[in-house]
Amino acid sequence: MSQSQPSQFRTPLSRARGLGSAQSGLKHWIKQRLTAMVALPLLVWLLYALVAHGVDSYATARAWVSAPQHAIPLLLALVLVFTHAALGLQVVIEDYIHKPLSKIILLVLNVLVAALAAFAGIFAVLRLSFGV
Amino acid sequence: MSQRPLSPHLQVWRWHVTMLSSILHRASGVALYGLALLAVGWLLALSMGPTTFAGVQTVLGSVLGKLILVAAGGAVGYHVTNGIRHLVWDAGHGFTPKVASMASWISLIMGVVGAAWVAGRVF
Repeated sequence: MSQSQPSQFRTPLSRARGLGSAQSGLKHWIKQRLTAMVALPLLVWLLYALVAHGVDSYATARAWVSAPQHAIPLLLALVLVFTHAALGLQVVIEDYIHKPLSKIILLVLNVLVAALAAFAGIFAVLRLSFGV
Repeated sequence: MSQRPLSPHLQVWRWHVTMLSSILHRASGVALYGLALLAVGWLLALSMGPTTFAGVQTVLGSVLGKLILVAAGGAVGYHVTNGIRHLVWDAGHGFTPKVASMASWISLIMGVVGAAWVAGRVF
């Protein structure tokens, strides 16, 4: 690209052209779709099992979560859903929040909240399963 | 930069259902982040014992709690259906205006079905 071209007349696309991709976009894209495709059947199964079992009391809820056919898909679903959610919200933040400081704070919070929630959910399921 | 021509924006286009289905996928996705946090709260409360769990069940059983669950049903119905549509798009199908509009309506209807199904169970 010629340097003589005044920069205010150049579009962001023309400035980026020739520089190559940022390299990490494809990984993000694939992870977003893989987590969706694996989480979907798990969530369908969990919802079906939840309705079939019925959780109207503490005892039935506890029995439902701690059964291996529910606990194991629940653990996997927690990892997949929060990975998917964090990837999705990351794009929403990048698209709509333009102030650099607000953007960085929200992007970090997004990851922290998703990771914390996933681990908290895993902790709860394991605690119920092992009966402590 | 402000003097440069802009591409046509919302107010220039005739309203089309694909506009709604596009932004609703994001909106429902953000809402489902909240639902996932709620679900973790429910699991944690359950793991803490009967008293905490009873408290959470009371909140979920209130009118506000029930409305949140109905909205969550709508968000799940919509996001899942429209998500499958995104996967079909990724495979390279479903881009003609007719199919795209029809898929938008199907996603919207599934959102309503999801909300109605939950409403039928909690109310």
